[in-house]
Amino acid sequence: MSEAATAKVFKPAPPVDRITVKVDGQVVVVPKLSPDWQGKLVPTTMIQACEAAGVTIPHYCYHPQLPVAGNCRMCLVEFGTPALGPDRKPVTNPDGSAVINKSPRPAIACATPVSPGMEIYANTPGVKAMRQGVLEFLLINHPLDCPICDQAGECKLQEYSVEYGQSATRFVEAKVHKPKAVDLGPRIMLDDERCILCTRCIRFTRDFVGDDALGIVNRGSYNTIATYPGHKFDNNYTLNTVDLCPVGALTSKDFRFEMRVWFLRETKSVCPSCGTGCNLLIGSRENRIYRYTPRDNPAVNGPWMCDAGRLDYKWIARDDRLKDARGSRPEVRTWRDVLAELAGRLRPATAGSVAIVASARLTNEELYLIRKLAQRLGAATDTIPHLGDGDRLLVNADKNPNTAGARLLGISAKPAGANLNDFAAGIRDGLIKTLIVFREDVTRFGLGADLLGRLDTLVASNVLPNETTKLAHFVLPGCAPAEKRGSFTNIHGRVQRITKAVEPPGDARPEWEFLGELLELITDRRAPATIEGLFNQMAGEVPAFHGLRWAALGDSGVTMPLEPGK
Amino acid sequence: MIVKRQPLNWAERLYLPAVWNGFKITFRHLLRRKVTMQYPEERWVVPEGYRGAPYLVRDQDGNTKCVSCQLCEFVCPPKAIKITPPGPEGVPADRLNAEKMPREFEINMLRCIFCGFCQEVCPEEAIFLMRDWSHVGSNRAEMIYNKEKLLTLGGMHQDKIQKWKHKLEEAKAQDMFPVKQ
Ligand code: SF4
Ligand code: FES
Repeated sequence: MSEAATAKVFKPAPPVDRITVKVDGQVVVVPKLSPDWQGKLVPTTMIQACEAAGVTIPHYCYHPQLPVAGNCRMCLVEFGTPALGPDRKPVTNPDGSAVINKSPRPAIACATPVSPGMEIYANTPGVKAMRQGVLEFLLINHPLDCPICDQAGECKLQEYSVEYGQSATRFVEAKVHKPKAVDLGPRIMLDDERCILCTRCIRFTRDFVGDDALGIVNRGSYNTIATYPGHKFDNNYTLNTVDLCPVGALTSKDFRFEMRVWFLRETKSVCPSCGTGCNLLIGSRENRIYRYTPRDNPAVNGPWMCDAGRLDYKWIARDDRLKDARGSRPEVRTWRDVLAELAGRLRPATAGSVAIVASARLTNEELYLIRKLAQRLGAATDTIPHLGDGDRLLVNADKNPNTAGARLLGISAKPAGANLNDFAAGIRDGLIKTLIVFREDVTRFGLGADLLGRLDTLVASNVLPNETTKLAHFVLPGCAPAEKRGSFTNIHGRVQRITKAVEPPGDARPEWEFLGELLELITDRRAPATIEGLFNQMAGEVPAFHGLRWAALGDSGVTMPLEPGK
Repeated sequence: MIVKRQPLNWAERLYLPAVWNGFKITFRHLLRRKVTMQYPEERWVVPEGYRGAPYLVRDQDGNTKCVSCQLCEFVCPPKAIKITPPGPEGVPADRLNAEKMPREFEINMLRCIFCGFCQEVCPEEAIFLMRDWSHVGSNRAEMIYNKEKLLTLGGMHQDKIQKWKHKLEEAKAQDMFPVKQ
């Protein structure tokens, strides 16, 4: 969620009332009130107290970022409260400890508030029997088709059955059959037989997204998740229900039957599709990306991400990716020769004769190297803004992941894109003889083929081919964010790391690598050979980065004040 | 340590007892049952339960039993198995309500160590170590058996449970065709 929301959560912090409770004999002190899914302060529940004590309570319907429903009963625990005498004072044992009245009935930990002196018993034989009972009921009509279920391997029903369930079924009657492979919407497939009716999906789309699309129809064992007749489950957040669904009822059409989840290597990274920079995990196997899943970061995206960003990975594996470095003559084909030729052309260039169109899709480190290059060549730089639709949840209208980084490093004009007209004029007047373009198709932004034809040297670095790379004298194939390391600065000034998940195709290389080499050829000074060194050098040199260190970024990033002094 | 070589006594120096003992062994084997096989004209029939090559099987209705759960691929110690799952647009499974069937299934018989883990782990009884022990090919590519070859070699398995058929009948009896196609 946004910065503002987090701030709301933590503002009324000072007067914390604390409550002491015991979980399985272990004393924990918890705040009397804790933030609920909206950040409002509500009484702390037993499940939160257990969490604080390091005791895991199995649960299906409870989710910290959703309203509490309390319908699955998986979280049942036993508890007791201090006994009160006729004088309303706690009764004590001869040894001074409080007498505890054990409640005759269990309670659901997800919805029961803690009270002072409460004792929670999370591992008694009674609790174990209740968990076993709940699981037995959940499995009565469950189809047990794990071999064909995409959730297998990350399924809470599987996990809890192993941990708390029983190995054999006592159910001999016919199972209730429900529709399978139901087309809920453009990205979601529903298997009603697998559903355990926890209503997480319903609460998510109704309360978080504000699209009341799902509900339960029919009664008793025939309960079925459905959309309103004639409507589709189609908003930009539907795929989050696939992660939320504790079983394999809601599955992603995109990932359907593609790969078993236990084969996927998960790489921590950041979504490059808009200025928000949601944290994500890249699931890849054998150099192929299979899916993106959100990674919980309360300061940025919480546990969610939008569907558009999640499915924006297919272009990385496109066949027409730029794979070969190219110099001005056909025999110049290796990186060494191409960079040497390019450096030879750039070194004598006079100040003002070179212009650089960089991109806010590049990482901070790469933009820093471009900045150094521009300083050496006396070149003007700019980036091209890409605006789209934003929403009130996660999606930002800025479709570049590193707009703030490009601004802080002085690569973008004010406002971004303002220099492009000057570039066009400069080329027309013959002042600009060399244009270097990163990750953009400038022919679509006022620098048409006729203008580009007037240049002595056109250098294009990109991932996919476009009109500019076709016209370019030098082509430098770069990497998708999933193929390199680096960092992005999101729209709120949070610097977050991206990590390499797959290898780039052919000769394509991370931009920061060849930019560093090019810079060395031109300036005879070596740029740091690691991304850590590069980042630390940048943060030391550029005041806007406040001397951050790469190591300090961690997995979830660091927010910098965007306006120095503010 | 140095072992001193003992000088031979006169009987040993004569050699005749040794020759006689040698002939005794030869004659004994001459009269015994023959054990050498004239391979490849003669072929060994392996005992029941021998762990030979793993093959895929079809059920008695001719359906591919494998549902592409990839557990064998996971458990295979030498990584001999490579399964390509159907993906969202793959061909529909032979048994419609089983939903899945591998697009491709390859076993590299050069890698396979015939441990039988795949048969053990298979939740669908779709792969069995059969009694084939002779695998011949003139190059490496030939030793990678694909789905078609594995199914042909595996033949039919008399499935006593027929889980999916049973499920389908149960669902139909409740007026619920499980998978809309
Ligand atoms: S589809 Fe999944 S998330 Fe929705 S109610 Fe069923 S089990 Fe819960
Ligand atoms: S988690 Fe408490 S009732 Fe479902």
